[in-house]
Amino acid sequence: MSVARRSLIWVPYLWLLLLFLVPFGIIFKISLSDIALAIPPYTPTLDLSEGRAGVTAFLSQLDWENYIFLTEDDLYWKAYLSSLQIAVISTFFALLVGYPIAYGMARAAPEWRPMLMMLVILQFWTSFLIRVYAWIGILSSEGYLNQFLLWTGIIADPLQIMNTSTAVYIGIVYTYLPFMILPIYASLERMDDSLLEAAEDLGCSRMSAFWLVTIPLSRSGIIAGCFLVFIPAIGEFVIPSLLGGSGTLMIGKVLWEEFFSNRDWPVASAVAIVLLLILVIPIILFQRNQQKEQEADA
Amino acid sequence: MRRFSWFNATSLALGFAFLYIPMIILITYSFNESRLVTVWAGFSTKWYGELMRDESFLDAAWVTLRVAVVSSTIATVLGTMAAYVLVRGGRFFGRTLFSGMIYAPLVMPEVITGLSLLLLFISIGLDRGIFTIILAHTTFSMCFVSVVVSSRLVSFDRSLEEAALDLGCTPFDAFRSVTLPLIAPAVISGWLLAFTLSLDDLVIASFTAGPSATTLPIKIFSSVRLGVSPEINALSTILIALVTIGVISASLASKHRITQQKRDERLAEQAA
Repeated sequence: MSVARRSLIWVPYLWLLLLFLVPFGIIFKISLSDIALAIPPYTPTLDLSEGRAGVTAFLSQLDWENYIFLTEDDLYWKAYLSSLQIAVISTFFALLVGYPIAYGMARAAPEWRPMLMMLVILQFWTSFLIRVYAWIGILSSEGYLNQFLLWTGIIADPLQIMNTSTAVYIGIVYTYLPFMILPIYASLERMDDSLLEAAEDLGCSRMSAFWLVTIPLSRSGIIAGCFLVFIPAIGEFVIPSLLGGSGTLMIGKVLWEEFFSNRDWPVASAVAIVLLLILVIPIILFQRNQQKEQEADA
Repeated sequence: MRRFSWFNATSLALGFAFLYIPMIILITYSFNESRLVTVWAGFSTKWYGELMRDESFLDAAWVTLRVAVVSSTIATVLGTMAAYVLVRGGRFFGRTLFSGMIYAPLVMPEVITGLSLLLLFISIGLDRGIFTIILAHTTFSMCFVSVVVSSRLVSFDRSLEEAALDLGCTPFDAFRSVTLPLIAPAVISGWLLAFTLSLDDLVIASFTAGPSATTLPIKIFSSVRLGVSPEINALSTILIALVTIGVISASLASKHRITQQKRDERLAEQAA
């Protein structure tokens, strides 16, 4: 093996080992430590100067206490459950809103499609923070939505949407919508239209042809889109902290506050490890779906 | 035969209204005279002036730009190397772990990536600042670059590289004169993606920045927590305008490239 090829492999490999894998080892270690009034604020720290005795003393002080704490305090499992619930509901609404858009794009005249595609991508490339921020002005009690509804006379008193879970759902659907639209559009676009004609020739109505042909053929796009919304929504921090109120519990926000406000690093690390374990299942399912699709293409 | 129904037209109209109305409102109200952001009091560009006079925003923008340029450039080099190794490298020790480490950061919650990197920097005693943000951004955006570049590498004909090698190119020359020009569009879009991700990142930067460096998203986030402000509306408008120019010119460039490619193919056919 040449030196050039070896360095081609080892440079990115080492980078990821040091800055991706090793940090996880550190998180795991700290999640087994205890909080302390020190810098860094946890104990024990490894003291290599004492040789083997130091290592044994270090290992003997590690325990699962923080994980037990997570199961004992209501806050954490409620936050995990409510993150899952918010992610599921927002994924469902993103699908409900995203599918008709993707479907319309795939049905539009070919010369329009690049333009429509660009409009979706443009929204996606606009700063995430700004897209969330835009909704604060709309949803607040004297915001544009309430002004409009009061003006039309639909409501008599302003609605309280800001600082509720509804605002978080809207925020997640809005910011992650391109992730839903693009894979569904990709699968609808390469669909063979003669299949629909065949279905109709064989006596299907347009509606049943849609349910029996179009939906099953766009299945891999739907699955990919749902995971692309669901996975990041679980660990979301920005949306619940800007749009949600104190009543909206999400685990990303709990982790942030545990770290920055309570300065309890060991508990924050344990929260992170459990979140990872929860995410492993959807991530594996997502990978399988992608692999199946690649094999179908090949 | 594709039939474009009323249902399709309505869902497109409503869908794109949903995508764009919030941004249009934001842009409109950045030109509002009044400090009360929900009451229209006449046209004015004074908030842009206020923004330009605010040193802390300019400093934050400068930090963000430097971080984004440096991290996306290193990430493009590393990500392209990783993609090349994964697609063309054949088998080597630890390949599965390597490809796992490339894909995992794509789906990792930002709070976990941020926390883990911060704990690393603290345990090795690295002072937090611009340098640590660059390390963090490079790490996650190299994975995005690698995915973009490897999808391009998979799709093109390997025999072109082999022909170059048969004709006496060294592997490095073959890469430079055959592979690199072919994957160049993917490398450029990888760089753009890495650049945008870095400009946009709040969570990982907040963990790894420390008190000495403030990026634009950190600055925006801390002032947005207090509610809507006309300066932030103005800043958002500027950022939206920059992204719009970027996306439109990128899509024009790719359209140009495709028409040119088609013309070349036609000429080649005529010549044959």
